[in-house]
Amino acid sequence: MTADPGETPAGTTGAGTADLTLDAKVAAADVPPELTAQSLGQYLRAWWLRVRSGNSGVLPVVLAIVIVAVVFEIITPEHAFLRPSNLVYIFGLSTVYMVLAIAETVVLLLAEVDLSVGAVALIGGVIAFKLVQQPGPDWPWWAAVLAALAICGGIGALQGALTALLRIPSFVVTLAGFLLFSGILVVILGGADSTVSLNTSVPNQNFIYDMVQGLIAPVVGWIILAVVIVAAGTYQWLRSAARRRRGLVAPPLGLTVIRIVLLAIVGAAVVIICSVNRGNSLKSVTGIPWVIPIVLVVLGAWTLVLQRTRYGRYIYAIGGSPEAARRAGISLPAIRISAFALCSATAALGGILLGSFFYGQYSTNTADPGQLVLYTVAAAVIGGVSLFGGRGKAIHGVLGGLLIGGIAYGVSLLSLGSLSTPLQYILPGGVLVTAVLIDVLSRRGAGSATGV
Amino acid sequence: MTEVNEAPEGASRGGDGDGAEPLLKLRGIDKHFGPVQALYGVNLDLPAGQVTGLCGDNGAGKSVLTRCIAGAHQPDHGEIFFEGRPVHVRSTRDASALGIETVYQDLALADNLDIVQNMFLGRERLRYGLLDEDSMELQAAETLSTLRVTTVRSIRQPVASLSGGQRQSVAVAKAVMWNSKLVLLDEPTAALGVVQTRSVLDLIKRLRDRGLAVMVISHNLNDVFEVADRIAVLYLGRMVAEGPAANFDRQSVVEYMTTGAANGRPYESAGSASGKG
Repeated sequence: MTADPGETPAGTTGAGTADLTLDAKVAAADVPPELTAQSLGQYLRAWWLRVRSGNSGVLPVVLAIVIVAVVFEIITPEHAFLRPSNLVYIFGLSTVYMVLAIAETVVLLLAEVDLSVGAVALIGGVIAFKLVQQPGPDWPWWAAVLAALAICGGIGALQGALTALLRIPSFVVTLAGFLLFSGILVVILGGADSTVSLNTSVPNQNFIYDMVQGLIAPVVGWIILAVVIVAAGTYQWLRSAARRRRGLVAPPLGLTVIRIVLLAIVGAAVVIICSVNRGNSLKSVTGIPWVIPIVLVVLGAWTLVLQRTRYGRYIYAIGGSPEAARRAGISLPAIRISAFALCSATAALGGILLGSFFYGQYSTNTADPGQLVLYTVAAAVIGGVSLFGGRGKAIHGVLGGLLIGGIAYGVSLLSLGSLSTPLQYILPGGVLVTAVLIDVLSRRGAGSATGV
Repeated sequence: MTEVNEAPEGASRGGDGDGAEPLLKLRGIDKHFGPVQALYGVNLDLPAGQVTGLCGDNGAGKSVLTRCIAGAHQPDHGEIFFEGRPVHVRSTRDASALGIETVYQDLALADNLDIVQNMFLGRERLRYGLLDEDSMELQAAETLSTLRVTTVRSIRQPVASLSGGQRQSVAVAKAVMWNSKLVLLDEPTAALGVVQTRSVLDLIKRLRDRGLAVMVISHNLNDVFEVADRIAVLYLGRMVAEGPAANFDRQSVVEYMTTGAANGRPYESAGSASGKG
């Protein structure tokens, strides 16, 4: 594989015929590094091979986030981009894109696309906001949220059924859905200039308002972070130990430690940034927005579903080879319809967060379904989800969402005028093209490795 | 006369295996699609522990016959006996339940999934409702090593990174992992290089040595003669020749495939063939 094949440990199976030597180099590049390497050095070398072959996982988007942060810090007036108050604002704004991008990821994995996520998300948000109005329906907040999720899930199922049963391309179905639901959104909102707001003095409504605007005290934040890190570390350590006990290849201990330390550093950075007083001399504001743990729960839930359940495995299988999935006895329509439904339901949660982010107010100004869906698809693809299906994870949606949120806010910080308006479109566009290029090139790399 | 006739039949049975009933027996299989008759009263025996090579020109009905056995098509008439019992194979699931697995030419592997994930696709093992990756990985590794498929670097590598021969091996291993008794292989060596063809043919022999019945559909007569214990030839939907591979040579198989007869005469039963010899 590399310069020194002697250092390459054979996995659970031996190695040794002509086949191996022919394909070793290409094959090695595609193997998840933790499965071929036993020591940290070998792991890093295998990982670098993968990066060079284009299968770099989250690396490009993390690099892009760093670059965007540095560039905006330099070009924004007074170098304001990286101020804690602005960073917390970016976290809040990004969570909307994160949740929507996770939702879009589920559909993209099937090699489909959902262009209606923006409109459906906003419908979900408006429904939830309307249902807690007082005077009005005055539903408990959780019932309103569940109703919004269920209604949007139904919309998704309907679009999914048109795609899965009649095999109308999802592009067309959801483009029609986008137009249709953008119109219905205005109707539900009550007309072009209407708004629907949460009354924060009512505890029931304040709960939804607090989903983004509510703050967790820094001390509690540290405790949550410590619990998460200990739990993640213990889980990884136990899992590696169990795999070694059964004679399976497990990632080297050094790697596990590095991962946990990185997680701790990122987590601590977020908590520290959120702990800085971002209020004014009269009123101090510190704490972690509730939306951060909410997004982490959404991320965790979707990661579990996609990576560790049969349902998730079938989504990947259909995205990779529908024919293989069909022959394996998987019901393609059932998985496709339910995936569209779950995508739309997850999007509805994003819509509720969006309203909460805009200080509990929905209007046709804050709610632009067109821009929302463009940013959502861009976030998923920039994050590393393949447009061709079968490749990508929930975490990619989260990182892509953060990047898009950072760009969107950074542009708004620029002095209004000739620079900011065009950049608002040019920057995400440029990043998106780069991301798609990486996707296409890495696919081509994987294709040539088949050697047939 | 009676005795003479019985003895060669016994001999031919002996050639078929251990003298027992063949694992799978087709009798009088008819299949038509609309006005097109694809199979006419096809008889075929697939004994355990033997490789049967199914030959035929394009459109001879090889695929239709395979699909009838695999449960993808239902024959219009005729009987299928599995282990001596008449069975109805109405779906691929029925076939799997009997122990019949098919490896189609396109292999039906998902490129983005790794070897273990592909081998267990649709039959994943669960623990506490979640995928039991470790147990699946152990089972897949064991199956691959008993088949001596040892050229893959890691069974956790995506199938996209495998060579053609490795992919074929994974597809075969996937088929035999489920305690299958009969494996149908559709053009297993098409699109493979010399080295890879060799390793796939060796794999087929190992399946036979494990006591499985194997049917290989192939255009490549070199491969058929290399692995097949028995040869069956379809011509325009009819089984024109079926018997031990020793009864055939390349020339006669080609003639059966292209004209339905060799030297101007139809294939004679094993009894007459041995009488001729």
